[in-house]
Amino acid sequence: MTTTYREALRDALREALAADERVFLIGEDVGAYGGAFGVSLGLVEEFGPLRVRNTPLSESAFVGAGIGAALAGLRPIVEVMTVNFSLLALDQILNNAATLRHMSGGQLSVPLVIRMTTGAGRQLAAQHSHSLEGWYAHIPGIRVLAPATLPDARGMLTPALADPDPVVIFEHGSLYNVSGELEAGAGPVDISSAAVLREGEDVTLLAYGGSVPKALDAAELLASDGVTAEVVDLRSLRPLDDATIMASVARTHRAVVVDEGWRTGSLAAEVCTRITEQAFWDLDAPVARVCGAEVPIPYAAHLEQAALPQPESITAAAREVVGRRG
Amino acid sequence: MGEFTMPSLGADMRAGTLQEWLVAPGDTVSRGDVIAVVETDKSAIEVECFESGTVGRLLVEPGAKVPVGTPLAVIEATEPAGGWERQSGGAVTAAETAGAESRATEGKAASAPVPAADRAAPVRRRPVAGGPPAARTSPLSRSTSDDRGPDDRDSGGQAVSPLVRHLAVERGVDLATVHGTGPGGRITRTDVERAEHAGPPRVRATPYARRLAVELGVDLAGLHGTGAAGAVRAADVRDAVRPPSVPVSGPRPAAAQPPPEIQLPSGARAGAASARRAIGELMSRSKREIPHYYLATTIDMAAATNWLRDRNRERPVGERLIPAALLLKAVASAARQVPDLNGFWEDGGFVQGRGVHLGFAVSLRGGGLAAPVIHDADALPPGELMAQLKDLVGRARRGRLRGTETTGSTLTVTSLGDQGVETVFGVIHPPQVALVGFGAVVERPWADHGMLGVRPVVTATLSADHRATDGAVGARFLTAVGRLLQKPEVL
Repeated sequence: MTTTYREALRDALREALAADERVFLIGEDVGAYGGAFGVSLGLVEEFGPLRVRNTPLSESAFVGAGIGAALAGLRPIVEVMTVNFSLLALDQILNNAATLRHMSGGQLSVPLVIRMTTGAGRQLAAQHSHSLEGWYAHIPGIRVLAPATLPDARGMLTPALADPDPVVIFEHGSLYNVSGELEAGAGPVDISSAAVLREGEDVTLLAYGGSVPKALDAAELLASDGVTAEVVDLRSLRPLDDATIMASVARTHRAVVVDEGWRTGSLAAEVCTRITEQAFWDLDAPVARVCGAEVPIPYAAHLEQAALPQPESITAAAREVVGRRG
Repeated sequence: MGEFTMPSLGADMRAGTLQEWLVAPGDTVSRGDVIAVVETDKSAIEVECFESGTVGRLLVEPGAKVPVGTPLAVIEATEPAGGWERQSGGAVTAAETAGAESRATEGKAASAPVPAADRAAPVRRRPVAGGPPAARTSPLSRSTSDDRGPDDRDSGGQAVSPLVRHLAVERGVDLATVHGTGPGGRITRTDVERAEHAGPPRVRATPYARRLAVELGVDLAGLHGTGAAGAVRAADVRDAVRPPSVPVSGPRPAAAQPPPEIQLPSGARAGAASARRAIGELMSRSKREIPHYYLATTIDMAAATNWLRDRNRERPVGERLIPAALLLKAVASAARQVPDLNGFWEDGGFVQGRGVHLGFAVSLRGGGLAAPVIHDADALPPGELMAQLKDLVGRARRGRLRGTETTGSTLTVTSLGDQGVETVFGVIHPPQVALVGFGAVVERPWADHGMLGVRPVVTATLSADHRATDGAVGARFLTAVGRLLQKPEVL
């Protein structure tokens, strides 16, 4: 059936709310308005205001409430409007959600799912457009997911809710309207592995979230030049699936990591480091990175596009590592 | 004590002529004093000594030409004067003086008797105003402009025993490059012997190339690196054990002319070299046998690039066209209009090709060229031509071309646009009679109907066989290519 990324997320929420009484959705405008990006549209009519709860503009408070509810045995799904605003709740996520299992000697668990929108490309300006997934991937004690495909949008929530520890799911804003075919019976997916979306021999393009379609476009462009690129969707940003990454690099001997976040100290830097730690003897070129420009994401459309990884810049980086005989 | 030896006053200096002694036996000299004049091929140079002490025997007469490193005089050490001082080479340590006794007993092979009180006494250097650069005994001297320590010290400021120094001179080893393994990093005889047999400097290679070289038993040192800054890459290692595909272009088997015979050497390390040789032989034959004439024209590409942009906007990335597809299509159509350039020179006459089969030169990442063929290119719409181009280039680079895809081309195109050059005059692939070259599409000021503007342009060239055609035919062909590119929508 044809569906969109947004609808796939909504179907997953509906299924989760229907399947387990303990599950509820909480966040700004998730009720009648349907969430800032329309993901929960119609769910309040279906499940009522107790299970789909609007909150004031107070990230620290409602994420904290979610943590409390999880500690008390419920299975909250907290929606944070964008990753920029999630910084107001970072104290709750880092100092409470991620630490309590450890600090309680294993007595407490926080089975919480936090969903948030990330990324640029929609002219929402700096305060709504940054990519801070790498910051969350830095935190031990939580799982970080980045669905980039319809099956993942549909299938990551159920296993995330089943995880006894906090899971943060990043939905890239540029993907909500992406439509495509999804099998009618699409269900839970594995949330611990990366996926090879396209096979190739010359170079591995590693991407996640909103950069995945761009990496696939870049692979297309490269193919016209006789360069076959393998595209790996990281999917799980913490823990990273080293095995899949290294297996691909072992096949292609070259890697380009694509990351919309800022270059310095980025998730891309972590991936590059792991590659040089674990696959050094497979490398036939330095590992390259294509990252977001280190600026607050501009509002102007052409500047915004220029600040982000694009198929052309990914292609150029790949050509560089594949090398040409001059 | 030490020897004053013929210094190396330049990397290429092998020997020098002692012109004049400025000291006599019994004179007291300090480190840095000029004590002799040496004549090299270039000039006479005043030479300093690096030891302080008393001049002993002079071993070489003025006028004698001796190899670098030959002892010229003995300098007998005096007792240390004053306190310890820092030297440019490093700190003088107590360990060094402790080592003096043991060093003294090492010197039985030195060319001069070694007094028991062998002390490399550090003494303040007195620079010679306007004097020559510090000369060193090393026959492999590097730059001598730096203020180096004395020649009986290695770069770490360690004293070197006369025996070791003598050995180094004898074996032609530059002590400055030797890693000392003795006490406190001192250079030992073994270190010098090891340095003498050490291999050339480390080859720059990627980690994977290094691993592959071990697995395939290839010596990295002999390889030509194609990676960044000349790094040897995996492809270079593979080339050394496997001959890559060799461009062979000729008429289809039906045309009775076998493709040029190319004998390939076999065995390891032959691959890249043999491919080069095969290309070399074919191209030499072409230039030897074919009287080439060359034409060039600059083509306005505004219409073509605008059309491409509009067309590509409506299509997914995978179906987009690149300018090369249009250029190939234009060449194929022009070849149909001017058939005298489309075919072969056989047995002293021109044989027109049956159909337009475009070969195009693909540079292989492992080196060399392949020339896959798009058959009946004139009949293909640009989109289909693009798809074939993509497919063939990809498989050419992966070495997966089928036989029919590399033979039978009637006309060859080479494009070096992606390398950034504007014009390429190619060499005809025998037995074809023409080769078309395209450079990069670049923006240039362009005059049109008395107006000046900026347009994307491309330089198209034709190399043609003067036995088969004359310039007028070639001109008609190139003009046709340019004209066709002005109407991309009908290509």
